[in-house]
Amino acid sequence: MATPRTRPRFSATFTPDVMSEIRRAAATGIYDIRGAGAKRALPHFDDLLFLGASVSRYPLEGYRERCDTEVILGSRFASKPIRLKTPVTIAGMSFGSLSANAKEALGRGASLAGTSTTTGDGGMTDEERGHSQTLVYQYLPSRYGMNPDDLRRADAIEVVIGQGAKPGGGGMLLGQKITERVAGMRCLPPGIDQRSACRHPDWTGPDDLEIKLGELREITDWEKPIYVKVGASRPYYDTALAAKSGADVVVLDGMQGGTAATQDVFIENVGIPILAAIRPAVQALQDLGLHRKVQLVVSGGIRSGADMAKALALGADAVAIGTAALIALGDNDPAYEAEYEALGTTAGAYDDWHEGNDPAGITTQNPELMKRLDPERAGRRLANYLSVMTLEAQTIARACGKSHLHNLEPEDLVALTIEAAAMAGVPLAGTDWIPGKTGF
Amino acid sequence: MPAFDLHERPLRELNRALHALRTDTNETLWRVANPDGRHSIAVGLDAPVTVEIGGNAGYYCGGMNKQATVIVHGSAGVGVAENMMSGAVHVHGDASQSAGATAHGGLLAIYGNAGSRCGISMKGIDIVVRGSIGHLSAFMAQAGTLTVLGDAGEALGDSLYEARLYIRGTVKSLGADCIEKPMRDEHRAQVYAKLEAAGLAGEVDPAEFRRYGSARQLYHFHVDNAGAY
Repeated sequence: MATPRTRPRFSATFTPDVMSEIRRAAATGIYDIRGAGAKRALPHFDDLLFLGASVSRYPLEGYRERCDTEVILGSRFASKPIRLKTPVTIAGMSFGSLSANAKEALGRGASLAGTSTTTGDGGMTDEERGHSQTLVYQYLPSRYGMNPDDLRRADAIEVVIGQGAKPGGGGMLLGQKITERVAGMRCLPPGIDQRSACRHPDWTGPDDLEIKLGELREITDWEKPIYVKVGASRPYYDTALAAKSGADVVVLDGMQGGTAATQDVFIENVGIPILAAIRPAVQALQDLGLHRKVQLVVSGGIRSGADMAKALALGADAVAIGTAALIALGDNDPAYEAEYEALGTTAGAYDDWHEGNDPAGITTQNPELMKRLDPERAGRRLANYLSVMTLEAQTIARACGKSHLHNLEPEDLVALTIEAAAMAGVPLAGTDWIPGKTGF
Repeated sequence: MPAFDLHERPLRELNRALHALRTDTNETLWRVANPDGRHSIAVGLDAPVTVEIGGNAGYYCGGMNKQATVIVHGSAGVGVAENMMSGAVHVHGDASQSAGATAHGGLLAIYGNAGSRCGISMKGIDIVVRGSIGHLSAFMAQAGTLTVLGDAGEALGDSLYEARLYIRGTVKSLGADCIEKPMRDEHRAQVYAKLEAAGLAGEVDPAEFRRYGSARQLYHFHVDNAGAY
């Protein structure tokens, strides 16, 4: 009888993924760049559960009693605040990183659902403006394509200080995606790698930001809501300072939020999960007496009506989706599996968005690939998905006895893990223990 | 000629009145008294009018200007003429940092000195500075011209793209990927044209300027260049 052998054992530290990255780094001498957000397992909304109504609370009738969803953004200073039918918006993604068809589809889908979409680091296109009933115009450090005419034809302005995938980082759009049109909008030679600055060129710190917001308000005659977007890292202070600087809306993006192209090491190691960021941001607004006056939009890994309902219950006024919206359009669709395999990946794992070879025609400027995405059909899919998210959130809210999604509250939630309980500031399920707040 | 005293009426009224001007307005000369360093004076203009500011302006004076001519009879704060599209901004004193930042067009003439980051991320503007400019000027400058009669501080033109930099005096140091390039007749002619536009033609000889631009070595990221950043 053969001597029993120990089964081959993989290291929990040097996993196959880790070893493959070491081999890749050793072969190339350069860090890995990719799209999307953090892929590691993180405390997330899955770690929270709602407490439905029972003896002590009574629910609303699922198909008969109203559960409203409308949200108004920008009511603090803007004379023309934004009204959305549902508190889920489309996050900023650039023409350049996305194809013109994809941008059009986002506009069509968001407009059908009665919500807004957002430009990105590359300016506003006519297609995007034309197909978006409500369009938020991003004001980024690079100021690519920035001009006062687009500022005035936008419905709101989003001053971007950071994003969840890379708080403190700028951007890079590789030359493959810098076509004549993209280059022209950005005042750059075609085909070169386009770098985006990580800091704004004409202001530094919260006191300057206040003056900058004042300038944007003057230029637009105090009509447009002004959002300030930050990547989640120090959410209490960033939210407080954005509000102090005069923001109408604070947009807070967790580390699961996607990017068009960033170093993997940055995506996976800088910033905090959105679950950990919402309560400190809400606390900052409450401490200033501005909760619900300065609206809070959160993003980074929002996938469903349940995620939306949980974010709202923690105190957000709305959520934004990016990656989920791209998936609804057709990103990573198994229908293209053979082509994903040819690119050395598989449907569901494709994240080389920066290379511009997206089989689904979304993260590309290749005219042949772009044609694969029908903006009307893709827009319809997005609208369907947004509708499902809204219905799901309403289902949960009614079960908790709420006649508006905004009536959801932290007391409706419990956590499945100690980590999530501590981050979300809600009790561990079955206990009244909130780590860091009650008991020890 | 409309006159506007910022001691008497709020800035909001001034900017609202200027925004209401049509391209064919006959109110083509505006005088603004007592600016007292207020921020965002005459921002977002879009009519061929002249606005004369009788004193010092704060941040972002003439920001996002189109068509208009804004004249500051004093010094200007951070980001004067930021993101200007067309028209002109003249500063008769000094300008603080980030003058002409990200501007796509028009002329920014500064008759004193400019602080750091003059012309940062410029995208097509022509900037003329009679005095000297501070460090990190023309950082990531994409297009347009920066003409300086005096000296330039450290790290001129760091990581710049296709902007042309003409410096008459000394350059303390060049930034990453910025190199000196030969001055040919076309460049001397361009310098003359920019000086003329700023009303400085004949004051100095275009042949005294040296030209700086991108070596274009960092246009495509390569690991061998990592040390340059």
